[in-house]
Amino acid sequence: MGTTRTRVPLEDLRGIVGEGHVREVAGEDAVEGVAPQYVVEPGTIEEIGEVMKLADREGLKVAPRGGGTKTFLGNPPTGLDLVLSVARLNEIIEHVPGDQVIRVQAGARLDDVQERLAGSNQMLALDPSEEGATIGGVVATNSYGPRRLRYATVRDLIIGITVVLPDGTVARAGSKVVKNVAGYDLSKLLTGSLGTLGIIADANFRLHPIPETSGTVVVELDGPEAAGEAVQNILHSQILASALELRWEGGSGTLALLIENVEPAVEAQVEAAASLLRPHKEPEVLGAAEGSELIGSIRHLLDGDDVKLKIGFMPAGIAEVIGAVTGAAERRGVAARMTGHAGNGLTFVGLSGADEEAHAGVVEELRAALVPRGGNVVVQRAPATLKRRVDAWGPVGDKLFLTRRIKEKFDPRGVLNPGRFVGGI
Amino acid sequence: MASRALIDYMIGILGPEGVISEREELRAYECDGLMNYRVIPELVVLPETAEQVQQIVRYCHDEGIPFVARGSGTGLSGGALPVEAGVLIVMSRMCKILEVDIPNQRVVVEPGVINLWVTREVGPEGYYYAPDPASQTVSSIGGNLAENSGGVHCLKYGFTTNHVMGAEVVLPDGTMVNIGGGKAPDPLGYELLGAFVGSEGTLGIATKITLRIMRVPEKVRTLLAAFKDTEEAGGAVSGIIGNGILPAAIEMMDALAIEAVETAVHPGYPEAGAVLIVELDGPAAEVDHQFEQVKQICEENNSSEIRIAEDDEERALFWKGRKAAFAAMGRISNDYIVQDGVVPRTELGKVLRRISELSQEYGLRVANVFHAGDGNLHPLVLFDNDKEGEAEKAEDLAGDIVLTCLEHGGSLTGEHGVGRDKMKYMPKMFTTDDLNTMQLLRCAFDPHQVSNPGKIFPTPRLCGERPGRYKMHPVQKAGLAENF
Ligand SMILES: Cc1cc2nc3c(=O)[nH]c(=O)nc-3n(C[C@H](O)[C@H](O)[C@H](O)COP(=O)(O)OP(=O)(O)OC[C@H]3O[C@@H](n4cnc5c(N)ncnc54)[C@H](O)[C@@H]3O)c2cc1C
Ligand SMILES: Cc1cc2nc3c(=O)[nH]c(=O)nc-3n(C[C@H](O)[C@H](O)[C@H](O)COP(=O)(O)OP(=O)(O)OC[C@H]3O[C@@H](n4cnc5c(N)ncnc54)[C@H](O)[C@@H]3O)c2cc1C
Repeated sequence: MGTTRTRVPLEDLRGIVGEGHVREVAGEDAVEGVAPQYVVEPGTIEEIGEVMKLADREGLKVAPRGGGTKTFLGNPPTGLDLVLSVARLNEIIEHVPGDQVIRVQAGARLDDVQERLAGSNQMLALDPSEEGATIGGVVATNSYGPRRLRYATVRDLIIGITVVLPDGTVARAGSKVVKNVAGYDLSKLLTGSLGTLGIIADANFRLHPIPETSGTVVVELDGPEAAGEAVQNILHSQILASALELRWEGGSGTLALLIENVEPAVEAQVEAAASLLRPHKEPEVLGAAEGSELIGSIRHLLDGDDVKLKIGFMPAGIAEVIGAVTGAAERRGVAARMTGHAGNGLTFVGLSGADEEAHAGVVEELRAALVPRGGNVVVQRAPATLKRRVDAWGPVGDKLFLTRRIKEKFDPRGVLNPGRFVGGI
Repeated sequence: MASRALIDYMIGILGPEGVISEREELRAYECDGLMNYRVIPELVVLPETAEQVQQIVRYCHDEGIPFVARGSGTGLSGGALPVEAGVLIVMSRMCKILEVDIPNQRVVVEPGVINLWVTREVGPEGYYYAPDPASQTVSSIGGNLAENSGGVHCLKYGFTTNHVMGAEVVLPDGTMVNIGGGKAPDPLGYELLGAFVGSEGTLGIATKITLRIMRVPEKVRTLLAAFKDTEEAGGAVSGIIGNGILPAAIEMMDALAIEAVETAVHPGYPEAGAVLIVELDGPAAEVDHQFEQVKQICEENNSSEIRIAEDDEERALFWKGRKAAFAAMGRISNDYIVQDGVVPRTELGKVLRRISELSQEYGLRVANVFHAGDGNLHPLVLFDNDKEGEAEKAEDLAGDIVLTCLEHGGSLTGEHGVGRDKMKYMPKMFTTDDLNTMQLLRCAFDPHQVSNPGKIFPTPRLCGERPGRYKMHPVQKAGLAENF
């Protein structure tokens, strides 16, 4: 950045976290092309509080970091001095299997948490695709995967939180019991706040039993209408699906339906699903291993594409979304393919080919078509140059001023992740 | 007595039939379901449209008059208790179901719609609205949203907050905003809806609410199991959960609660120290498989009798006793307090023992009815108001039960809310920093604290605004500037 940088009081910083836990930056520490001055790794909540107080006082801009798998989300930051990594806070604080709840520090890796829980035949029902994602990052980015159809998302599973505010205040909300309505639900407010309101230090979640076994039913679909129909048939049936994944390329697609349950129920439901889908084409039934391989390949389909968009639209409107994307891309000579959590109304679009102007055009056309009807189109991953051309988020609606007011109250001096969130927050 | 200007303004908006100012009529609104707190409001208004709510709220805000929203007034924590010199905004005339969208599994309602109406409306399509507080025949969706109400089936399906997808809200300064989504997933920006649900009317008034509806399950099976005592029934609960089974509901009642409901509604429960009602629902093959397991687990925990509902009628009879439990106390005691606390499931045994000790120490009977699956206790403290000092003793006992829940890592309320009643316990569960941080949200939504003041938080936080009566800057009034 061309601006003069705020001086970081290095000795004070080292005094708080210890010599070895303040690092000079390396290339991979940059956030969307913006390099911080130092990476700080506090070891306790109190140290996070002290670092934040110092940053607040000195006017430093701070980006919290978990596993660093998703620091590309949002707009490029408008300022960055410190990356504050919570990686050292990686303990599982409490897990009582009989209560089906867990309290974990933010830097713990989700994979490690799942491994530990598997010992009690339990799981945290979140399945984002990145290896190395941390609990804090998962909460801050509201991460999910295919199984959100059955288990919903972070907001529905989180029951308590500890957060460090920019002024160093450490605050807790919620509790370790699943049912609790005492006070405002700050856990939900922090969910998806992308590190702009506070540093998440730990969180409590409700857990689920690991399902006994699974089966997957797969069907080929030859047009957008068929996709819409198949999804509606499943949603209004008695099938209890864990996931309903769509892959769309070159005018036709595949729908994969995951059923997880006790053995006899998987058998019965797979059979029922297959007969529901048979009018489209003869469905294929896969066992647990093949099924998860297929669903894994669908979710990584777009990994190599230049740009990845996320579209949220009403679940009954899938055919429309496919049509809108196909049209907007074709008109500009852009190659587009899609995947989606179809039961939830989520479509991911991978764009490649043509130039940035064309990509930006696709985004704008989709927003014009879908936003007025309640949808949203987010640029999830793109070269920083594209994100400077089109806003990563798009219009937020009439609540923007309220969103701003909340930021003002929690982070009055704009210390945390400035510029990254909606409306330039 | 309300000022003439206030009354005239409200009549101007609502007509005379929408305004209540006679003291005798105002009395009908002096309390909610918790009758030991009473305040006669200055004025009651009954809007029919969101625009009217907006006008009422804007007027109150600009004049510095506090206001309280009220749904059906069934709340059990004094949430809808009027504030002195304030206006009570009753939402019951806004009771239209605006839209039913089966393809997207959504229903849009006005806040005064009664909970059960939603299920009645979509039932013929094979759908239902999951949150089912025992008050569902009378409580409003707006009140449910504000309290984040639970029900017997929330163990599996979650609370109101998991089923409200969007809301149109009149903020405490009269601005209208749409928070959350509606039909599309993952609305942009902060999770404002998750923060608004359960905020007990302190962040504004919901005027339109989008709900998620669910497919009626393929199969439902219900059993009633009798046990020697709550300890053994608790053992069965742990066994069920430990086996990876997630029932739709697990409810427990102890001997005194059984006695009361038998006297009141005769559901024909077996004579026992405790009964469990366990309900499984979902795909038929799953339910049948797990139902056998549940039966076996109950037997292994020495259940003396297991009854299985053979049809909907019998199922309804099992539930009749449970759903009538609070009211049934009136048959065995002149007066009673309904307590609401939560403990981790694994602490249930210890906490129930402590409650029985407390009951002996105070010399008052306590009946236990609870959502055993999620550790949500509803101890009912029985007393006689006509006996000198008993009401105070009962209050103290109920308070000690809440403190016991907190000592065991639980919560001071699982579904009835903090309201006026439990403000004093908030500092026992949260630190000053916790409470001040929560109130940052209050400051963002309602910097002048005109919406349901004096609830939830024992010590209001100043929001850095001028205290006292608030007058808008003319620029702001004209909508030219935002107020940070
Ligand atoms: C190619 C790709 C595709 C993806 N697709 C999806 C998808 O389809 N669905 C989905 O849900 N997710 C998706 N993700 C996101 C993925 O699940 C996230 O990587 C993960 O959840 C973030 O965890 P992290 O620890 O790596 O966070 P980081 O990447 O380190 O941080 C992410 C954000 O959270 C903030 N943050 C991190 N830790 C904290 C904390 N303790 N307190 C406050 N703020 C914090 C950071 O400031 C940053 O803004 C995708 C990621 C990639 C790379
Ligand atoms: C017999 C009985 C059984 C009960 N069983 C249960 C149960 O099983 N589970 C449970 O959770 N609760 C239960 N309750 C408590 C009560 O019914 C619930 O809290 C219910 O949600 C209150 O709804 P209401 O319409 O009566 O709201 P009210 O009591 O009128 O108001 C409750 C709160 O909501 C606010 N409010 C009302 N409307 C709005 C609006 N439109 N916008 C913003 N705020 C608003 C009020 O200001 C107040 O703070 C029971 C009560 C009784 C009497």
